[in-house]
Amino acid sequence: MIWDVELLSRIQFAFTIMFHYIFPPFSIGLGLLLVIYESLYLITKKKIYEKITRFWIKIFAANFSVGVASGIVMEFEFGTNWSTYSRFVGDIFGSPLAAEGIFAFFLESGFLAILLFGWNRVKPGMHLFATIMVALGSMLSGFWIVVANSWQQTPVAYEIVVDYGIRRAVITDFWEMVFNPSAMVRFTHVILGAWIQGAFLVMSVSAYYLIKKKHVDFAQKSFAIALGLAAIASLAQPLVGHEHAKVVSEWQPAKLAAFEGLYETQTNAPLYLIGWTDPETRKTTGIAIPGMLSFLVHGDFEGEVKGLEEFPEEDWPAVNGVFQSYHLMVALGMVFIGATLLSLFLLWRKKLFSPNWSWLMKLYIPAVALPVIANQLGWLSAERGRQPWIVQGLLRTSEGVSKSISGPEVLISLVLFILVYILLFFVWLYVLDREIKHGPDHLSSGVEAGFHKKSERMDIIKPH
Amino acid sequence: MDFNVVWYILVGVLLIGYAILDGFDLGVGILHLRSKGDHNRRILMNAIGPVWDGNEVWLITAGGALFAAFPNVYATAFSSFYLPFMMLLIALIFRAVSIEFRSKEANPRWRGFWDKGFSIGSIVATLLFGIAIGNVVMGFPIGGDMEYQGNFFDLLNPYSLMAGFFALTMFALHGGIYLNMKTEGALQKRIQGWIKVNYWIFVVFYLIFSGLTLYLKPEMIANFSFGKIDLPGNKHELVENHQTLISVFAWSIVLLNVLAIANIPRMLSKGREGWAFISSASMIAAIVMLFALGIFPNLMVSNLDPSFNLDIYNAASSGYTLKTMAVLAAFGLPFVASYTIIIYWTYRGKVKLDESSY
Repeated sequence: MIWDVELLSRIQFAFTIMFHYIFPPFSIGLGLLLVIYESLYLITKKKIYEKITRFWIKIFAANFSVGVASGIVMEFEFGTNWSTYSRFVGDIFGSPLAAEGIFAFFLESGFLAILLFGWNRVKPGMHLFATIMVALGSMLSGFWIVVANSWQQTPVAYEIVVDYGIRRAVITDFWEMVFNPSAMVRFTHVILGAWIQGAFLVMSVSAYYLIKKKHVDFAQKSFAIALGLAAIASLAQPLVGHEHAKVVSEWQPAKLAAFEGLYETQTNAPLYLIGWTDPETRKTTGIAIPGMLSFLVHGDFEGEVKGLEEFPEEDWPAVNGVFQSYHLMVALGMVFIGATLLSLFLLWRKKLFSPNWSWLMKLYIPAVALPVIANQLGWLSAERGRQPWIVQGLLRTSEGVSKSISGPEVLISLVLFILVYILLFFVWLYVLDREIKHGPDHLSSGVEAGFHKKSERMDIIKPH
Repeated sequence: MDFNVVWYILVGVLLIGYAILDGFDLGVGILHLRSKGDHNRRILMNAIGPVWDGNEVWLITAGGALFAAFPNVYATAFSSFYLPFMMLLIALIFRAVSIEFRSKEANPRWRGFWDKGFSIGSIVATLLFGIAIGNVVMGFPIGGDMEYQGNFFDLLNPYSLMAGFFALTMFALHGGIYLNMKTEGALQKRIQGWIKVNYWIFVVFYLIFSGLTLYLKPEMIANFSFGKIDLPGNKHELVENHQTLISVFAWSIVLLNVLAIANIPRMLSKGREGWAFISSASMIAAIVMLFALGIFPNLMVSNLDPSFNLDIYNAASSGYTLKTMAVLAAFGLPFVASYTIIIYWTYRGKVKLDESSY
């Protein structure tokens, strides 16, 4: 088993993409907040917003670089580990990937240069424009990659041909392929998840300063705006989730059945809040709202929802794993709604930052991990729910793996990635921790010279 | 219009863009450990600071374009190059995060670690690119099912290793010429000293490498021969009908290449830093084009049977996709060009360290 190319490649892909997917949601969420903070600076001309913008740019930079570095891996893994899949879908999957390069990455990386290094070099309006372009680029990049992935989930606008002895899918209508049935709803879902994750990072760091009674004005303003974004995104998420469920029920009924642990086709299908599926007895036990699933899918409590029994067992995803990751994700979504609504209410009553509520602030510090976990669980549910298909209904994962690679090769690369990523992860945490402990002050032009600035000045004077 | 040829050119343009742009920042990485002292090393790193990330996007986009336009080449190349590609990815990761993390601590051991990460990452990546090109010239053991039949050690033949070292000398020279534009004073003097030495090492490698290519793979010159030399296997109609055009173009690239190489020391001695860089960029563009012309219309050559070659027809996506993507690229590339120019214009001139520097 240890030399099984398919299994090792799946583990490697899951590991590398889940590591990578820690970072882009931060970039997307933080990118939007940077646009808001910097716009406030240009509108109000208040120094505090300059401080806020410049501090979060530093955090953004450290996050962005790890995201880019780990992202290159994803693109090439399709060719290295999944080359048979790549031959099958190259016509279709490659196009959004190329579009991502042309329309998103160049935009993002080009204006990143101005965002990171341009503060004293370009006019403020130009800098804001660059910030907007970077934020836009990161969302466009999300759009194209979700388009590519969504086609795997809900393939349309293709035909199967055999060229030079190789079976493959070719596009019949490009825009129909791009706006495939699940693309827009999944994109919205991903972006909202990213906004929540970025906002929670800002709230976590701000809460830390408030508890430490440092940079209080800075932290309160940062927090309040991020809270607004987190609340809007958290509230919108169930609406999108509802639309999403309808698409899944139509296109990937086995996946929906696994999400809900539904073995038998039924009307008045229940929606589990928490539960356990038993593969032996084929029963799901737990706390459920009767009829709610039917209502979510059909808008009718009596609507019929297909159970797993409708499909051959070799086409079932791993039911309990998918069930649990999906339910945990939904539960976390509820936590975000509850926490942000309570905080908004307290903010309105001007109590949020008062000592009585400092326990809530303390909770916000570790809470940054929750959206990260929720986004990872969402990815796990979506991708494991699609198994055993790599392209729903068209190509099995076992048929997509490269033919010319060997188990030991994949094992070597997997071990290498694990070692390098563990190192990177801890360095990233360390660097973030340092930036956060430095705080925003060392960036304000000439007010206080922090550790960084002093050492930089010495560098410039020191002759070598 | 033959969109297969259009995509051969477009992927070529992306790879040339990558070789020129990431070429100089890889070159800066290769030279990095030769510079001494924290201040100098910061200057070197900040010389590429705002642009290295954008430069790497050329590789990512070339990869995406290859996937979209020639999926069979994408699939065969990356799965046959499995371990070298994994090493390349790890080298690129290290290099990228080293640049970002180095400045976060003043501790010399911390900075020393990331200095080494940056430099070794750049050296390994460049070597592997060279080895990849070397293998493309030598041919792969590709079977009739388009799958690689060889093993890891087949990729490490002497010619390909030589190609790896050739790439190192080329990017080290190019990076030095870039740094010459971005530095001043004593540091610039030292860099000019490196360039003088690197230039002659490069010329020696260039001559040996060209000779070796012609000796081992005389068929690389078929497209330069006005149809006088025949490649084994069936010739494609397209090449058959345009032999004169292809050969005239090929020889003009040879001329461009020689002139560009000769122009480098001339411009350096006149102190025209920008023109020296343009010469070195033209030299790299010409060298990439010479390789492309050598194998055209193939993308990967099989050394088992010429009919197993992957060319711009049997490896390509459908005509509809090639056409649609070409329209999208035509729409997108002017934007790419315009903000690339804006960024390089914004950061023109000598490197000045300030509070946003690395």
